[in-house]
Amino acid sequence: MDGTTLIFIFNIVSAGLRTGTPLLFATIGELITERAGVLNLGVEGMMLAGALAGFAVSFSTGNPWLGVAAGMLAAGVLSLLHGLVAISLRGDQVVSGLALAFVGRGLTAVLGARYVQIRDVPRLPNIEMPFLNDIPLIGPTILGPLFGRQNIVLYLGFLLVPLVWFFINRTRAGLNLRAIGEYPAAADAAGINVVRLRYFYVFVGGMLAGLAGASLSLAVTPLWIEDMTAGQGWIAVGLVIFAGWDPWRAALGSYIFGALRRLPLDLQSVSWLPFASNPILGTWLSMIPYLFTIVALMFSSREAARKRLGAPAALGVPYVRGERGL
Amino acid sequence: MRIKIEPRLIVPKWMSFLGLIAAILAALFFGGFLLSYGGLNPLVAYRQMFTDAFLRSYSPSDTLVKATPLLLAGLGVTVAFRMKLWNIGAEGQLLIGAWAASGVALFVMPPETPRPIMLLAMGVAGFLGGALWGLIPGILKAKLQVNEIISSLMLTYVAILFNNFFIYGPWSAGGFGLTRSFPRTGWFPRLLDFVDFVPAFRGMTAHIGFLIGLVAAVILAVLFRRSKWGYELKLIGDNPRAAEYAGVNLARHIMLAMFISGGLAGLAGMSEVAGVVHRLQENFSPGYGFTAIIVAWLARLNPLAVVLVAYLFGGLLVGGDSIQPAGIPLMIQGIIMFCVISADLLTRYRIRLVRPKSQELEALDTEVTAG
Repeated sequence: MDGTTLIFIFNIVSAGLRTGTPLLFATIGELITERAGVLNLGVEGMMLAGALAGFAVSFSTGNPWLGVAAGMLAAGVLSLLHGLVAISLRGDQVVSGLALAFVGRGLTAVLGARYVQIRDVPRLPNIEMPFLNDIPLIGPTILGPLFGRQNIVLYLGFLLVPLVWFFINRTRAGLNLRAIGEYPAAADAAGINVVRLRYFYVFVGGMLAGLAGASLSLAVTPLWIEDMTAGQGWIAVGLVIFAGWDPWRAALGSYIFGALRRLPLDLQSVSWLPFASNPILGTWLSMIPYLFTIVALMFSSREAARKRLGAPAALGVPYVRGERGL
Repeated sequence: MRIKIEPRLIVPKWMSFLGLIAAILAALFFGGFLLSYGGLNPLVAYRQMFTDAFLRSYSPSDTLVKATPLLLAGLGVTVAFRMKLWNIGAEGQLLIGAWAASGVALFVMPPETPRPIMLLAMGVAGFLGGALWGLIPGILKAKLQVNEIISSLMLTYVAILFNNFFIYGPWSAGGFGLTRSFPRTGWFPRLLDFVDFVPAFRGMTAHIGFLIGLVAAVILAVLFRRSKWGYELKLIGDNPRAAEYAGVNLARHIMLAMFISGGLAGLAGMSEVAGVVHRLQENFSPGYGFTAIIVAWLARLNPLAVVLVAYLFGGLLVGGDSIQPAGIPLMIQGIIMFCVISADLLTRYRIRLVRPKSQELEALDTEVTAG
């Protein structure tokens, strides 16, 4: 393999990790919420709220970490709105999630209008890891170029995935989380407060969606524009299905998707492809990530239907003590 | 004192209507808070919006123009939602319908085609374009159990890019994001065309699309109430498993509903290019397909109510045009939807404050409920 090909591949992998990270946070958040038995389709709206709140607070305080906290809180509060309808009022979770997505879009369009022109927002820092180059063999060739200098959110993502996997599959609290999503009546009988825990995990999912938004507006594409998530919140919902509710597969899907989002840009710079001379053809390339989501769903939905596993049994079903056993 | 939520056995009609009114008022109230946070005086903003939408001499015509795509796409969404098929990609179906109608008007039919034939061809193309675009998630859902919410929405983003390719590429007029104008025969008749007979119509741009929407609404209302298809849609929506046991072909119904749903949204796109912009251009729809979802939901999936709600939301869009920032209608729509869902549930359930009983009674009560 010659040098340019290698650089091309490295660019895509590195960009995939970067653009995939916000999506990873949102996907993991929705995964946790769904594991608790609540379907929250409002990820897109919560991400936008997180992106705007993060941007605005970072801009006015000068501290991007305060921005991240504000973004997580704003999205968390929105998610509780969905929790109220889905858990306490036992409403249709699909409709409530749709409403949340609309509210988030409209709210951020109105409140964010004055931030659109701002470019110099305090950003989340990049981290230098020069020692990676000192590792023999793979250090200077692979680790250094890929991870030597990346944004801090990337490493947060790397930490989050194993932590969430361990929490869900290896801890007591994780067992309770799975119980309220699979068989809330049994969990209730075992003394677990289903309603309170579901609220908690809806909130956690919301906060992660907020982190996703804030890492978008403060690190990956540091600016605020209306509708800047461009459907990533919906893609996160799709990736949870693709992931079969498993954090590792969620990470895989997010990074592949990140790379595909970046691919059109990279392919346009390849001189022997028609896209370089005719940029309008790039619109077809830009469809790839969205089509990938559909294709990924085609394969994973079939697999899930065949094996009858993956989705939490009580997903989307409100729990009412004594009214119906599930 | 404890709060207890219990279902009501019968929800009186007046109560659900009252709930709707209360929800809209509550939404305007919450929206007002946010407006004032955004630096606007909510009362002034609301009065300006209401005046522009409903009280000026041009208001009825302007509001009808905005209501037309909402009505057609809202009816489309209604068809799918009736069987709890969550087609939220109406915007994409609308865009493809507009694309197909534009293609027919500009490149298929000769410009001297008589007007009725031209418009009919555009309408058929628009319906079919949207219908086929809607059929994709329908087939994926029926054959592979792919979640239609995600797939129909992803296809909306694909549709935007698809249209952009044509309006910036092969169909572009001078490299801008638009095609050249349709020949006059591809324009819907508008009120101002009849200014010779009715002088009051001067400058009024309402077009025949709304009448088409009205006819579609009546047809759907009859079909829903009288036909086997309408009954089966409702049956599937209420309990898909029971419907399947009763011999309803679920897969075929899903595909048919998505076809019709997408077709009506495509017709909305055709009506918009034939009635308003007279060409295909970027961003000609400010999200009509998304607003249509809220319209259909507020109308409780009743086609005749969709007409009324579409008119009101058309007014919201007209009013929103007159104030800054531009996202206000979007925000208010979202809040209205939330308030309506909550009101729905509050009318469906009774919230009671339960006085604390003595310890023994409480214990007895739990025993009885548990047993």
